[in-house]
Amino acid sequence: MSVRTNRTCQTLAVLGTAALLLTACSGDDDDTETSDTSDSSDSSDTTESDGDPEQITLTVDVFGEQGFGYEALYEQYQQENPHITIEERGSGLGVGDYNDRLTQWITAGEGAGDVVALEEGIITQFYAQLDRFVDLTEYGAAELEGNYLPWKWEQGTQDGFILGLGTDVGSMAMCYRRDLFDEAGLPTDRDEVSALWPTWEEFTAVGQDFVAAGTDAYFLDGATNVYNSILMQEAGNNTGYTYYNTSNELDLDNPDIRTAWDLTVDMINADLSAGYQSFSEEWNAGFASASFATIACPAWMTGVIAGAAGEEASGQWDIADAPGDGGNWGGSFLAVPAESEHPEEAARLAQYLTSPDAHIEAFEQLGNLPSSPQALEDEGVLAATNEYFNDAPIGQIFAQGAQDLRPVHLGPQNNAIRTEYENSLRAIDQGELTPDEAWEQARNNASGIGGG
Amino acid sequence: MSQEPVPESLPEHRAPRPRPPGGPPPPPDTPYSPGGVGSHGPDPSADDTRTDTDTHTVTKTETDTGAGAPGGRHGNAAVRTRPGPRSKRAMQGAGRRRRARLARLDLKVSPYAYVAPFFILFAIFGLYPFLYTIWISLTNESPINPETDFVGVDNYTRLFGDDRFWAAVVNTFGMFVLATVPQLLMALVLASWLNRRLRGLTFFRMSIAMPIVTSTAVVALVFGMFFARDYGLINGILGNFGVDPINWRASQWTSWLAISAMVDWRWTGYNALIYLAAMQAIPRDIYEAAEIDGASRVRQFWRITIPLLTPTIIFTVIISTIGGLQLFTEPLMFTSGSGALSGGTTGQYQTITMYLVQTMRTFNQWGYAGAISLVLFLMIVLVSAINFLLVRRLGSDR
Repeated sequence: MSVRTNRTCQTLAVLGTAALLLTACSGDDDDTETSDTSDSSDSSDTTESDGDPEQITLTVDVFGEQGFGYEALYEQYQQENPHITIEERGSGLGVGDYNDRLTQWITAGEGAGDVVALEEGIITQFYAQLDRFVDLTEYGAAELEGNYLPWKWEQGTQDGFILGLGTDVGSMAMCYRRDLFDEAGLPTDRDEVSALWPTWEEFTAVGQDFVAAGTDAYFLDGATNVYNSILMQEAGNNTGYTYYNTSNELDLDNPDIRTAWDLTVDMINADLSAGYQSFSEEWNAGFASASFATIACPAWMTGVIAGAAGEEASGQWDIADAPGDGGNWGGSFLAVPAESEHPEEAARLAQYLTSPDAHIEAFEQLGNLPSSPQALEDEGVLAATNEYFNDAPIGQIFAQGAQDLRPVHLGPQNNAIRTEYENSLRAIDQGELTPDEAWEQARNNASGIGGG
Repeated sequence: MSQEPVPESLPEHRAPRPRPPGGPPPPPDTPYSPGGVGSHGPDPSADDTRTDTDTHTVTKTETDTGAGAPGGRHGNAAVRTRPGPRSKRAMQGAGRRRRARLARLDLKVSPYAYVAPFFILFAIFGLYPFLYTIWISLTNESPINPETDFVGVDNYTRLFGDDRFWAAVVNTFGMFVLATVPQLLMALVLASWLNRRLRGLTFFRMSIAMPIVTSTAVVALVFGMFFARDYGLINGILGNFGVDPINWRASQWTSWLAISAMVDWRWTGYNALIYLAAMQAIPRDIYEAAEIDGASRVRQFWRITIPLLTPTIIFTVIISTIGGLQLFTEPLMFTSGSGALSGGTTGQYQTITMYLVQTMRTFNQWGYAGAISLVLFLMIVLVSAINFLLVRRLGSDR
């Protein structure tokens, strides 16, 4: 009998709950104007909810230790568009891991956010998968061409299909530690430091002086960051491409690769490199313990350094001109995958986040250099200094040359092949391979990756 | 190694058995009472009905009234005890026959339905991916190729000339040997210690099981710090003895050693527990007899314990082999920073599974990755078969 009572109670309870739920729902339907639901508490103006009643969430996928510096922009956009909630994913994720995930999401047609960041090394891979993305032309993006540097715009479009809108570019500089330079008897003023190394050969010579001074630190963080910088610079000044030619055929005989390689090997042989792998725990620890004096510094790297070296190193780092002439490394685009359920809203958000004002905001947050000419000419940007880097005039250093940057064509498997060259250089650094063996290994592995 | 059964199955054991919703479960006999009412004594089919669901049994025994219902084994008892009213018989004739057919169908088909969940799941998650892997390995499918072409055995011919693949095979087997041999020896020694009467025995037995429940990723992170070049614990200790810092990740042997240490730390306790269980099954009187004959502890271990443990040792070898050939997380996490799938600057600790994932995810060569995974599969089958033959051989010797 007790069982039966129990059951009756449960049935009653279930019915009761259901009744409550039903009344709750019907209440929502019937009196939207009077009820105090969460919708109306957000925007007390109920008439507006008639035009735009649907609450939607847009997911933005980014990468990098500090993300893209969009937090304030999200806030503002959500205030202007109360029916939109923005969620960001990927802050703290390395670009390699992010690219792997993104490739899977895009290929599977599931999992990617409504707006995704495409790094310059990976956007090339998606030229072959345009059908997986929204053509931003459909949402009026074609009119925005003037908002971007011409070559940045070109990289983001493919045969009239607007795949991605540019975020930042990575024009080059060289970051150095003042305290270590001082210890080694080198000048610490950024103009004097810039004057030390007009070319990469002279940069190596400065490094040799630094080593001879017998400080406790290395001159360079590792071989790979300088290698990538030199390669992008050389390619920009000569062939215009790195591992793939402009027809996307693998061209490992590109003389620019060899130039960058040889210059880097000279630095390794001069014992300049601390041998860290970029973005590893030890690399981060190396920043914190001041175990190297310089690092090749595309604009986005300043944010990385400030994050890794921490507050104690504030004012110790400074920024000088990079050796050689110009060059761009890195930078990203925002695209909208075709799988997005709200392509229109996502496209609008992508346009908002890549507007000249947004470029300025991201520059102020993280030092990511705008790819928009308007933002690059902005007085605030040009006058910007970075407190962390001893008040270095980052606006002048980075923005100055950005308008004249020459584009470098990157092929579909650029990042995978770059990793092979980086690994081989690090093997020389570790003493595991001779430069010739390493060159052979890099070439063999890279041709194995080929065109996919 | 990825021998996960123990930690994964634990929650299952602990989970309460599912109960029907709505109060305490009915006594198990209730559904069978209608059949039991029958005055014809024990029905031979009663046992069969037990396997049916509650509702089935009830319906059948109460409604299956057709005397000539062919094959209506379930209903026989009920049929004889409770024939339906004659007036309705004609009307019910068709229905009865249909029910009879259903009952027969039920007998023939339902067993398959009961085993179907496994096979359906297997087909979805086992067979289909397997067949698809075979198909994809014959193509050049890649997310960055707009078109996919059938390329025949090209991927396989490429595989046999691929230095990286064979280097990965050497790494995998090398680390397997370097990890497994000391691991099983240590496990044996540990087990024989724990097999004695010690103070705090439960504590020690628990402690060797601890590494098994620790996440592999955490183990790899912590060991990665132990073996770090600049501020690593191991180099710090070695530094006290005047040894220069070793770059553990740089060369093949040092990286193999570090990764094997990780694997051993994690799995020695697991194997020791298995050995311990087997040792406890060895009768004490054998040892007593040996002791009377004057055999030392060591001699007892080699002449009694080891021979009687042979089947268990072979079991652990097989499990370790399969785990060792799929070694992935430890070497992957050993690299800190980007490009971890490369397994070191020259691929010195890249295992087959790492190369497989790298080919698929980093190089975007799905067809080739399919070929690699099939060859890996065949390798595991081959090694397992060799193990199996060894077991049979040793079994027939006795």
